[in-house]
Amino acid sequence: MTTQNQDNIIVFDKVNKWYGNSFHVLRDINLNVRRGERIVVCGPSGSGKSTLIRCINRLEEHQEGHLIVDGTELTDDVKAIDKIRKEVGMVFQQFNLFPHLTVLENLTLSPMYVGKMPKKEAEEKAMLQLKRVRIAEQAGKYPLQLSGGQQQRVAIARALCLTPKIMLFDEPTSALDPEMIKEVLDVMVEMANQGITMICVTHEMGFAKAVADRVIFMDQGQIVEQNTPHEFFNNPQTDRSKDFLSKILGH
Amino acid sequence: MSVAPRTPPTKRDWSWRSQAFRGLLYQIIAVVLIGGIAWWLAANTAENMRVRGIKSGFDFLTQPAGFDIGESLTKFDSNDPYWKAFLVGVSNTLRVAILGIILTTILGTLIGVGRFSRNGLVRGLCQAYVELFRNVPVLLQLLMWYLLFTEFLPDVTEAKRIGDIYLSKGGITFPKPIWESGHLFGVAGLLVGAIGAWFYRRWARSKFEATGQIRSMFWVPVAIVLAVGVLGWLAGGAPSQFAVPQKGEFAVEGGGALTPEFMAVLLGLVLYTAAFVAEVVRSGISSVARGQSEAAQALGLSKGQEMQQVLLPQALRVIIPPMTNQFLNLTKNSSLAVAIGYPDVVSISNTALNQTGRAVECIALIMLVYLTTSLLTSFFMNWYNAKSAIKER
Repeated sequence: MTTQNQDNIIVFDKVNKWYGNSFHVLRDINLNVRRGERIVVCGPSGSGKSTLIRCINRLEEHQEGHLIVDGTELTDDVKAIDKIRKEVGMVFQQFNLFPHLTVLENLTLSPMYVGKMPKKEAEEKAMLQLKRVRIAEQAGKYPLQLSGGQQQRVAIARALCLTPKIMLFDEPTSALDPEMIKEVLDVMVEMANQGITMICVTHEMGFAKAVADRVIFMDQGQIVEQNTPHEFFNNPQTDRSKDFLSKILGH
Repeated sequence: MSVAPRTPPTKRDWSWRSQAFRGLLYQIIAVVLIGGIAWWLAANTAENMRVRGIKSGFDFLTQPAGFDIGESLTKFDSNDPYWKAFLVGVSNTLRVAILGIILTTILGTLIGVGRFSRNGLVRGLCQAYVELFRNVPVLLQLLMWYLLFTEFLPDVTEAKRIGDIYLSKGGITFPKPIWESGHLFGVAGLLVGAIGAWFYRRWARSKFEATGQIRSMFWVPVAIVLAVGVLGWLAGGAPSQFAVPQKGEFAVEGGGALTPEFMAVLLGLVLYTAAFVAEVVRSGISSVARGQSEAAQALGLSKGQEMQQVLLPQALRVIIPPMTNQFLNLTKNSSLAVAIGYPDVVSISNTALNQTGRAVECIALIMLVYLTTSLLTSFFMNWYNAKSAIKER
């Protein structure tokens, strides 16, 4: 792959993926993500949005096509996978914090074991990230002692501890109470303003309008439409995206 | 608008229809019933024993036992008193139970983890093992191993010889180092090595925290223990005299020996219980949410780090309670040893019972032994379980 643009940090080139033999979950995905770009992915459930971003750090493997992340192609090569996972942070819908470790230990685990960072340094960096998500006073507590919104902010801080170049968000606010959604989105907006590459699967259209450079609409494993948030929300081009928008904006 | 702190009300409603009154009433009825039944059983037994002129009491324990015991960790002969025979039985039971628990944990964990292998053959073999061994009654398995050892091995007089090891119906006889004061240096070396290894681990841990460099926490300490042990043994003059078994006219003499009874009991119990332990370990690991594994991977942890730092610590809290059950089962199942003549506490108590007729006392002693060991195991495991619990509020 010599033709790729240096400015593209993620390149999907005709990527295909199946679950089992029959479910074709990603179909001919072509997508270039520029360095520092903020992308929101939306679409009906089962359309392949989560699978798409989970391919980027190899939580799912694609079976056809090429996927290049920061100049490294994702293959079965363990070294390549390790390198990419250090550069890609991920935040999950269900937080997935480690319940047997304190908040601080959750944050220092990977820097110490993967980043080979001294404990003291890792803790200082972790406290910095916790301050950034405004939760430093909870460092000694265990995850299940915190509210959902606090847990998700800890999860964001944990992903930031490896100083990733790319952040992936897989429906980060879908498991939260309405009151807590705002505190998490606020943190994400702050991050977006600091120039990190972000790909976010979400149905928070307010968030998309506020920070996204581009909205990608997926249906049945395909990228059906992509546009700026303003154009996408005000002037959807396809019937499927019109139908989808009328449903989520209907209330 | 602050509210003054108040303590909760202490008054209770004691009317006929209150929960508090009903609860108390049922408890009193239960205690009276259980106490009554216990008293009736005790009084009845005492009366019957008096009518039939059966002597009771534990005075028989100091009388000579008058029987020999096939195997014993300490010297025992028929002139020794009953209480000593009991102790031999208890030590034989504990020997099987403790060795059995250790071996079962190792084997069961390996097979349990093996069921997550990427290799289909390993997965299949582990599953086949579990299904085979947990579905055949343990008593049958003990009998089978005993038969295998006693039927298919040659008579003692024609013992099979492999190097200095003899195999026969009498068991395995092997060379045993002759104890000399030089060995003491070796043992001391092992102890010093263990202390050194502990310090090494502390040092490696603090080094890891200070610099992030990961050092071996298992093989290096093991090497330290062994190396210092060997050094001590060399310093003690490297005593290497072995008591080598010799084939006599009627038996293989000298050296150390494992009887077929002991091997059959140990092997049978370990193989049987390991099948259950494997299932416990498997269910424990698969009970950890999938998201935990994904989060660990997304953070770049390796497969081994994921298992050690994320999956196993969480699986442990699910594994420990049913693991305790398996340890208790193994200990109690060791009483089946009586079927193949291994002199455990049940077998020896049976003999004592037949000779003295003190049935109540002998059975009570057996129950006391199992109750004590089981409760001790439970206490230890509960303490361990509380230690590895996850804090939720």
